[in-house]
Amino acid sequence: MRFRLGLLVALGGAIGTLARFGLAESLPAPDGVPWATLTANLLGSFLLGVLLEALARAGEENQTRRRLRLSLGTGLLGGFTTFSSLALETERLLAGGDGALAGTYMLVSLVLGLLAALAGIAVASRPSGRGDGRPRGPHGLVGPHRPHDGGSPEEPSRGEGR
Amino acid sequence: MTVLLIAVGGGLGAALRFWTDGAIRSRWQPALPVATIAINTAGSLLIGVLAGLLAAGALAPGPETVLSVGLCGGFTTFSTAMVESARLWRVGDRRRCVLNLVLTMVATLAAAAVGWTVSTSIAA
Repeated sequence: MRFRLGLLVALGGAIGTLARFGLAESLPAPDGVPWATLTANLLGSFLLGVLLEALARAGEENQTRRRLRLSLGTGLLGGFTTFSSLALETERLLAGGDGALAGTYMLVSLVLGLLAALAGIAVASRPSGRGDGRPRGPHGLVGPHRPHDGGSPEEPSRGEGR
Repeated sequence: MTVLLIAVGGGLGAALRFWTDGAIRSRWQPALPVATIAINTAGSLLIGVLAGLLAAGALAPGPETVLSVGLCGGFTTFSTAMVESARLWRVGDRRRCVLNLVLTMVATLAAAAVGWTVSTSIAA
């Protein structure tokens, strides 16, 4: 079971990684700013916020929702965004004596990344006239104990009110 | 060929992240998302090692790209770290949100620096 779910994650991860690689190939960094990594990370954070909030609001996690979360969230968006490149790019800028750009790059990534995720959650939280009409808490996603991106899939989902 | 291997590396990295995350989370669920921090730190250490080996001429650019962009890129994740921070923020735990961001930043930067330093000194 975990192996088969892992394959689902791998498939999404392969596609997300290819998309990130394509972005890096088409977005050069002539000014030393790693635009490709920044773009992928901010876009991916926004989309993961949308996806996970939408899935959480759709109701209890079932097989379909779990597969969507693992393939699109853990796999695709997890593979599309990256922390290792961000860390290495920042470290290399620091080592090259460009502390100002290094600090700006990392801090802008984190602050805008957080805002992008919050914006994604907010977008998916807006009442749309659809949905099952079940009451939701004011926060929608309440972590860290809700199952989420990469969470243990065998865990029974903890819905609202438990 | 390289592009195909990057995709395979990315898929493998994402699956490894899924299994690692599940393994850590099933044993330990602290208030901070430590599984993601650990995964991102480990991947940053590895990408530092790879970049150092490339700089030292001990690793060819093709394999280095496959392992860095593919395996490390698929294994580590920025989006999950941000959504986990956003959740802490939304439930009013601003202190832990900032702590998560700062810890992740410091740990991944230190790991990349250590990886680079160790591999360049060994391969030189």
